[in-house]
Amino acid sequence: MESPAVEIADLVKRYGGTTAVDGLSMLAARGAVTAVLGPNGAGKTSTVEICEGFRKADAGTVRVLGSAPDAAALRPRVGVMLQSGGVPPAMRCAEWLRLVARFYARPLDPGALLERLGLSDHVRTPYRRLSGGQQQRLSLAAAVIGRPELVFLDEPTAGLDPQARHACWELVGELRAAGVSVVLTTHHMDEAERLADKVVIIDRGRVVAEGSPATLTGAERQLRFRARPGLGLEELLNALPAGSAAKESPAGHYIIEGQVDPELLATVTAWCAAEGVTADDLRIERRTLEDVFLELTGRELR
Amino acid sequence: MSATLDFTPAPGAAPFPRMVLAQAGAEIRAMLRNGEQLLLTMIIPVLLLVGFSVAPLIDVGGGDRVAFLAPGVLALAVMSTAFTGQAIATGFERRYGVLRRLGATPLSRGGLMLAKTAAVIAVEAIQVVVIVVVALALGWQPHGSPFAAALLVLLGTAAFSGLGLLMAGLLRAEATLAAANLVYLLLLAAGGVVFPLAKFPASVRPVLELLPISALTGGLRAVLSGGAALPLGALAVLAVWALASLGLAARTFRWE
Repeated sequence: MESPAVEIADLVKRYGGTTAVDGLSMLAARGAVTAVLGPNGAGKTSTVEICEGFRKADAGTVRVLGSAPDAAALRPRVGVMLQSGGVPPAMRCAEWLRLVARFYARPLDPGALLERLGLSDHVRTPYRRLSGGQQQRLSLAAAVIGRPELVFLDEPTAGLDPQARHACWELVGELRAAGVSVVLTTHHMDEAERLADKVVIIDRGRVVAEGSPATLTGAERQLRFRARPGLGLEELLNALPAGSAAKESPAGHYIIEGQVDPELLATVTAWCAAEGVTADDLRIERRTLEDVFLELTGRELR
Repeated sequence: MSATLDFTPAPGAAPFPRMVLAQAGAEIRAMLRNGEQLLLTMIIPVLLLVGFSVAPLIDVGGGDRVAFLAPGVLALAVMSTAFTGQAIATGFERRYGVLRRLGATPLSRGGLMLAKTAAVIAVEAIQVVVIVVVALALGWQPHGSPFAAALLVLLGTAAFSGLGLLMAGLLRAEATLAAANLVYLLLLAAGGVVFPLAKFPASVRPVLELLPISALTGGLRAVLSGGAALPLGALAVLAVWALASLGLAARTFRWE
């Protein structure tokens, strides 16, 4: 059987006294987009950098396409987009991409790829004169130019404007359609929800949840509103049907979960009236990955 | 609109020579494009050669001024490219994550070092041509075996590359920038490049003669101006520096 794109078991990585990755296990399937989601400092980049062969694990096993991550044979098969930098500042945009292309046997056409990523007007621009978003797109181009089987993208849309972010999402979709395995890190839940076949939520170096975005967020809907902090929720809970839940998180933000129907809405607004508060920004929505993260860790994702 | 691109995986490394040539070409372009590096590798050596040949500002210890200066300036050119330029460029490449990024491509570390060496030798070849043409125009009449001179230049390149990579591997990029320029100046002053070692006090001379720049300068001068066959002493000094510095650099170099 074909080995998974990435297979991590009980991975540990320490820097001095700090444990960045603390017994992390996860699997990224071939041909799928796997998003590693977590707040800054959760251990995302450390995990990816070990997979890329840049860092050594302190404990645990990591297999990339069935091989040890630092195996030379993996280099042509794996494309890498660093979180930042990696290009000599004076190197011209197209010059860098052409150079990287020369390292591969059957590369994509650098010119076509630059056009695809909206960099055609900057072929002669030195890297240091590109905007942050343009630098990111060039790094993305260099990650895929060698027609790899697996691509690691570390925060691919950090610092991109909405248009460039959509271009990046589109490209990830095309990679997936072409059968490329993609592992990306992000702290944008919308990105993970939108792109990923599988989301691995990590916090403090451990996996706290994994599954498809739909499984993680569930079908449940919820009612949210903002009001004065510290309202007593017991009375409301008594008035709501059994199986409902109400909580304030963070302060001043109220979330009611349960069978969200007109009756529930009426109960909540009646309770607000009785408390003498106006519910601001009242809306009904599906749970987001951010809610899932908050529930699992008690912390905000960003 | 957007061109169609086929992302279907088709991985594979390019042939090793093609990767090394591509990287060497990029390194050469980077060196020739960098203004500060050109100042160091081309302009300063040529200015020293022309200035001190034409104007009797320094005492070269009697004899033909160009015959004294040309070999020294050739040695200086080798040092500026193999040591100063390479140390600074490599230090900043590590700092900017370029070494790390290249490590994720099929180009191996050995291939990268080979490309860097090829680029240094290519730039040195340009320097040698420019300096020799200027020196000939100033009336230089070189003697000796080109083979012996080339051997000295190659061993000198190895020794200075080792020292440059040792420094770039140990210090931060900014510290490398400062230190590499300082060492360049000190070796320019104390290595017999333009000021004859004979002018230094007898007590320090034996130490100065063991510097790699003095060995290279002295060796080239013995061959090109004196017509010596193979300056074994100078070659031995350079070989020891090369072995020691490359060995130490290989052990201590940090890629990230």
